[in-house]
Amino acid sequence: MKAGVWGCRGSLAAPGADTVVYGGNTSCVELQLADGPPVILDAGTGIRLLGLEVASRSGPIHLCLTHLHLDHLEGLGFFVPLWQPGRELHIWGPASPVESLEDRIARYLSPPLFPVELAEVPANVTFHDVHEGDFTLGSARVRAEPVSHRGPTVGYRFEEAGSVLVYIPDHEPFLGVDPEAAEADWVSGFALAEGADLLMHDSQYFEHEYPEHVGWGHSSVAHAVAFGRLAGVRRLVLFHHDPLHTDDQLRSLEARAQELWGDEGMAPELAREGTTLQIRSTSRVTTTG
Amino acid sequence: MERTAQKSLPLILAREFASNVATPLSILDEHGTLVFFNEPAERIIGRTHAELGDLAADEWRARFRAERADGTHVPDEELPTSVALMERRPAHETLHYTMLDGRRRTLSVTAIPLLERGEEVAGVVVVFWEADGA
Repeated sequence: MKAGVWGCRGSLAAPGADTVVYGGNTSCVELQLADGPPVILDAGTGIRLLGLEVASRSGPIHLCLTHLHLDHLEGLGFFVPLWQPGRELHIWGPASPVESLEDRIARYLSPPLFPVELAEVPANVTFHDVHEGDFTLGSARVRAEPVSHRGPTVGYRFEEAGSVLVYIPDHEPFLGVDPEAAEADWVSGFALAEGADLLMHDSQYFEHEYPEHVGWGHSSVAHAVAFGRLAGVRRLVLFHHDPLHTDDQLRSLEARAQELWGDEGMAPELAREGTTLQIRSTSRVTTTG
Repeated sequence: MERTAQKSLPLILAREFASNVATPLSILDEHGTLVFFNEPAERIIGRTHAELGDLAADEWRARFRAERADGTHVPDEELPTSVALMERRPAHETLHYTMLDGRRRTLSVTAIPLLERGEEVAGVVVVFWEADGA
């Protein structure tokens, strides 16, 4: 199983000279399974370039959305396979008690926010409202569970041949809770992340920034590290970089994460656009790119 | 790998909410087990949650025997918590309880079901208030 990072910026795309190291595109990860169709996690602006690449491949494409905030959806209208007549595209996303996934996505893919309506899309799109539970994509068993973030949001756990990747890009697991005193079974996302070989997790804020953003649905670097520790993950890759953070600031954030993590095991790192993470069943994870 | 069972997200958020307000609140899970009550509720119940731990439905019903004003026992299925859990609707009643500190208290009890996104009952939030001002 491989995870290619096409976008790891949070909230808003942030192109520019100060964001070239970690990248400015919003959330999008391509999951390459040993066997099966391409699986794409989130449709932030990173999906635009990925779409150009997967458009030439045949067969179905699966897009797993964690939630429908714009930074996870805004690239969908520019995803080339969406405009390929007859292309089989499956879109998975969190269920809502009020509206179907399709109706909620159509709110964005329609005027006045977008010039074309979802009904005009030529691809053959199937929407899957994800409730808590397991499903299969190619050679991977997938589990989606609701996690603490504003509005219906899920995290995903992919298990393939003994290796586990967990993707929770937007998450505030310690809302109103002291991580030191947290009981694992009372922490949002714990069961999803437990024992993962690779956890890609929200780490939007420095610790001093978090108090002004409590309840916004994101983690401080300290909370991300505490969550990774609690869940016993082997490798923590920090995700959803604040759009106001420059590369220099993100280097500091990464250093802070490593300081908090300590010397035991593999040091946490920040996701970088353009890199590929390989997760093997031996629990070894390597980075290329 | 065997994974740890986890509380549902509505239950997690309900507990955090309960932990941060001064209104006496308790939380039941989808089986009716008393899984949490906050500090203001501890003052009414007479014990802390840490002391009692989780109590299965049969257990807490036996410990907190509910009576109506005329002294008759309230059948389990008529308790506001049971109505919320089984009928998936809020329920309210003023009842008389003997607490763990031996004091008899009159409590206004409001039980609110927590419905998950799939409409399943994740648990019940119980608001209780001393009706006699004791």
